[in-house]
Amino acid sequence: MELFWTVSTQLVDPFVFFLILGGVTAGLFVGAMPGLTAAMALAVLLPFTFKLPPLHGLVALGAVYMGAIYGGSFAAILVNTPGTPSSIATAFEGYPMAKDGRALEAIGLATVSSAIGGLAGVFFLLLLSPPLARLSIQFGSAEYFWVAMLGLTLIASLSPGSTLKGFLGGSIGMILAAVGVAPIGGENRFTFGMPVLQGGVEMIVALIGFFVIPELFNMAAHGRAALAEVTIESKKRGTFLAAIRTVFSMPGNLIRSCIIGEIVAIIPGAGGSIANLVAYNEAKRASKHPERFGKGAVEGLVASESSNNVTVAGSMVPLLTLGIPGAPPDAVILGVMLMHGLRPGLDLFTVSGSLTYGFIISMGLAALFMVPVGLLGGRLIYRVIVKTPHYLLVPSIALVTILGTYALRNSLSDVVIMLLLGTSGFLLKELGVDSAPIVLGLILGSIAEMGFVQTLLRGTSLEHPWTMLFQNRLSQIIIVLMVLSFASPYLSSGIRRLKKPLDVLREEEPPE
Amino acid sequence: MKRAIVLALSTIFIVSAGIAFAGYPDRPITYIISFNPGGESDITARLQEPLLEEVLGVAVNVNHKPGGGGAVAWSEFQRTAKPDGYTLIGTNIPHIIGQPLLRKDSGYETDGFNMIMWFHFTPNALIVRADSPFKTLKDFIDYAKAHPKVITVGGSGTYSANHLETLRLEREAGIKLTYIPHTGTGPLAPAILGGHLSALMNYSMLPAQLGDKVRVLAVASEERVEALPNAPTFKEQGYDIVGGAFRGVAAPKGTPKEIIAKLADAFTKANKKIAGKQVPMGFVMTYATGDDAQALVDKMRKSYSDVIDDIIKEREKK
Repeated sequence: MELFWTVSTQLVDPFVFFLILGGVTAGLFVGAMPGLTAAMALAVLLPFTFKLPPLHGLVALGAVYMGAIYGGSFAAILVNTPGTPSSIATAFEGYPMAKDGRALEAIGLATVSSAIGGLAGVFFLLLLSPPLARLSIQFGSAEYFWVAMLGLTLIASLSPGSTLKGFLGGSIGMILAAVGVAPIGGENRFTFGMPVLQGGVEMIVALIGFFVIPELFNMAAHGRAALAEVTIESKKRGTFLAAIRTVFSMPGNLIRSCIIGEIVAIIPGAGGSIANLVAYNEAKRASKHPERFGKGAVEGLVASESSNNVTVAGSMVPLLTLGIPGAPPDAVILGVMLMHGLRPGLDLFTVSGSLTYGFIISMGLAALFMVPVGLLGGRLIYRVIVKTPHYLLVPSIALVTILGTYALRNSLSDVVIMLLLGTSGFLLKELGVDSAPIVLGLILGSIAEMGFVQTLLRGTSLEHPWTMLFQNRLSQIIIVLMVLSFASPYLSSGIRRLKKPLDVLREEEPPE
Repeated sequence: MKRAIVLALSTIFIVSAGIAFAGYPDRPITYIISFNPGGESDITARLQEPLLEEVLGVAVNVNHKPGGGGAVAWSEFQRTAKPDGYTLIGTNIPHIIGQPLLRKDSGYETDGFNMIMWFHFTPNALIVRADSPFKTLKDFIDYAKAHPKVITVGGSGTYSANHLETLRLEREAGIKLTYIPHTGTGPLAPAILGGHLSALMNYSMLPAQLGDKVRVLAVASEERVEALPNAPTFKEQGYDIVGGAFRGVAAPKGTPKEIIAKLADAFTKANKKIAGKQVPMGFVMTYATGDDAQALVDKMRKSYSDVIDDIIKEREKK
C-alpha cells in the first residue's frame, strides 16, 4: 500500500505527464513513417535520458515505444504500408476499409484496440511476471524452429487464392532471408562478390518494397487517389464511443488476441511482427465470416492492433525479471537500466520497487494517452492524404518511402534492393503470388534456420542429432499446434463439403 | 626559379593545412556505428556523444549502418570516407582481424583504418548456470576430457571473439567442445537460464548483469575484473588465455596527425567520464591511443593467429 502511494505521487507530476504525452506523440510519428523504427527512436533519445533521473528516462522511452508500435497502424490503414512490421496484418483489413471510405472508422478501431492491448500488456506484466518468465526460458533452439514452422502454416490462410502460390511466396521469402553472412558458419551466401550484400535483405526494407511499391504502381496506373472520401456513416462509426462499442462487442477476439500477443511477446526475438499475424490468423479462423477477411473485416483489424501493443509491456516480462531483451527496443531500455545501475531481477521489484512499478504504470498511462493523441493525429494525417491529388500523393509517398529506407541503415544499396523487390513484388502479385507470404518467409526464415542448425549442433554427441528436435515437451506441444493449424483449413472445408450434399438434399425435398 | 616556386607552393600548402587544422572541427562530425541500435557499441557511442560535443564544440551525429557483423559499414568506410576528420567509425577487435582473414569478399582490410583509440575491453568469460555440476574450471575440463563434444558452449556468432576463445580453450586444454553460435548476446541469457546449453563463452557484462543466477568459471583477462571480484582468471588457473572484444574508434587512412591527436584527446576525456557507469557493468576501460592503438591490433592479431590458422587448415581439408 505504501508502495502504491509512492508510485502514484511520483507519477502525478506535470513533467511526467508532459514526458508521456510528448513520448507518445513522437513515437506515433516515428511509427507512422515506414523505415523509422521504434528501436531507432529509442536510440536517438538515449543521450537525453541520461540527463534525466532514471524514472523520467524510462517513462519517456516507454511512451515512445508504445506510440511507435501504435503509429505503425496509420501508414498501414491509409497507404497500405505497415509503418512497422508489427502492423502487417493491420494493412490487410485497414486499407480495404479506407478504400471504402471507412478510414476514420479504421483509425478509431485501431486506436481503441491499441490502447486496450497496451493496458493488457501492463496488466500481464504487473500480475503474471514470475510464471511468464519461467515459461519464457523454456524456449530453446528446437522450440524456435517449431515456432517458425508454426508461423509458416499461416501462409495457408494468408494466401486467399492458391495455397500453392502462397508457399511459393513463402519460399521466395526464405531464400531472401538466406542472403548475407550465414548466422551459423559465418560464410557469405548469395552475395555475388558484393560486400554490401553481406548485410542481407533487411526485413523492413523488404516490407516497404513489397507493400508500398505495388500499391504506388496501382495508384499511378488507375490514376486515382488512395482513398475514397469518408462517408457520413464512417464518420459516425469513427467516433471514440462508437469505436469502443464495436471493439467491446467482440470480447472473445479481444481476449484471444491479447493472450496471443503476450505469449509471443515473452518468446525472446519474436515480438510484435509475429504477434499481429498470429492473432489475425486466429481471428480469421474463429470468425463466422472468414470470407470477409481481406475486404475490411473489423475483427482482423482489432486482433492485429490489440495483439501488437500487448507486446510492448509484455516483452518487459523477460526483460525486467531476467534481463533478456525480447526485441531491439528492449535492448535500448536494458542499456538505460544498466547505465543507472538497475540490474534486472527480483531486486528491481523490491529494492527499486517504486521506480519499477512507476515505469510499468507509466506505460499504462501511455496507452491511455494514445487515444486523444491518436484520434487527433490520425484525423490530421488522414486529411492530408485524402486532400492531396494523386499526382502529388504518389510521388510524395515514393519520396518518403525512399528516405525511410535509406534512413534505416544509412544505405543507398538498401534503396536499390527495396525498389527491385517492390517491382518484382508487383509482377508476382499480377501472377497471383501475394506479398504477405513472402514477407512472412523472410521474417521466419532466419529464425527457422538458426533454430534448426543450433539444435542439430546441440545434438552432436547423440547418435542421431535430429532427435534433439523432438525431445522437449514444449517442442511436442508446438508440433501438435502446427499440425492442427496446417490441417484446419482443409478440415473445415472438408466438413463443409460433407455437409453440403446433405443441405442440398434437404432443400430438394419436396414440401409436403 | 623552380626552387622558389616549389618553396612558395609548399609554404602555402603548409600554412593552409595549418589553418585547416587550427579550425578543426568547424562542422558536425559523423560517427558511424556498424551494429544495431541498443548494442554495446551503440550505447557507448550514445554516452560519448554529448561529452564529445562538449570537448569538440561541434555536433557529433551517431549513425547506424549495421550488417554483416560490422563488415558492411567497414568496407564502405574504407572505400568512400574522406580523411578529413569529419567521418569516424566504431571498430571492434577481433572482428576487424578475423573477418578479412576468414571471409571471402569482406571488402576491407584490418590495416585499412587510422586507429584513434581503443576505449574499452570486455573480456570473455566461461559461464555456467548457478546449479551446474561444474563448480570449477577443472571440473569442466575433466568432464570434457572424458566426454569429448558433449559439453555445449554457446556464444555470439561464428568466428566471433567468443568463438575464437572457445577454440583457444580447446587447444590449450586439449579438449573437444561443441560450440553453438547465436545472433549476438541477447539470445544467450535465455539459453543458459533455460538449461538449453551447458555453458556460455560470452563477455564479462553478462555475468555482471545476471548476478547469482550464473557462475563464472574463468575470465579471459590479465587480472580479475572489477565487477566480478569472485571470478578467477584463466591465468590464475594455469591457462594462458586472454581475449575478448575491444571497442574503439577509427578515422580513414591518411587523416592528418593533428586531427587524430585532437580526437584521441576528446575520446579520452569522454571515456574517463563514462568509466564510472561502465566499470560496474563489467567493462574494463582502456586508453590505447596513437601508436599504442595500432600496437594493440598487432598484438591481438598475433595472439589469435594460431586459432585462425587452425580454422583455415580445417577448412582446406574439407
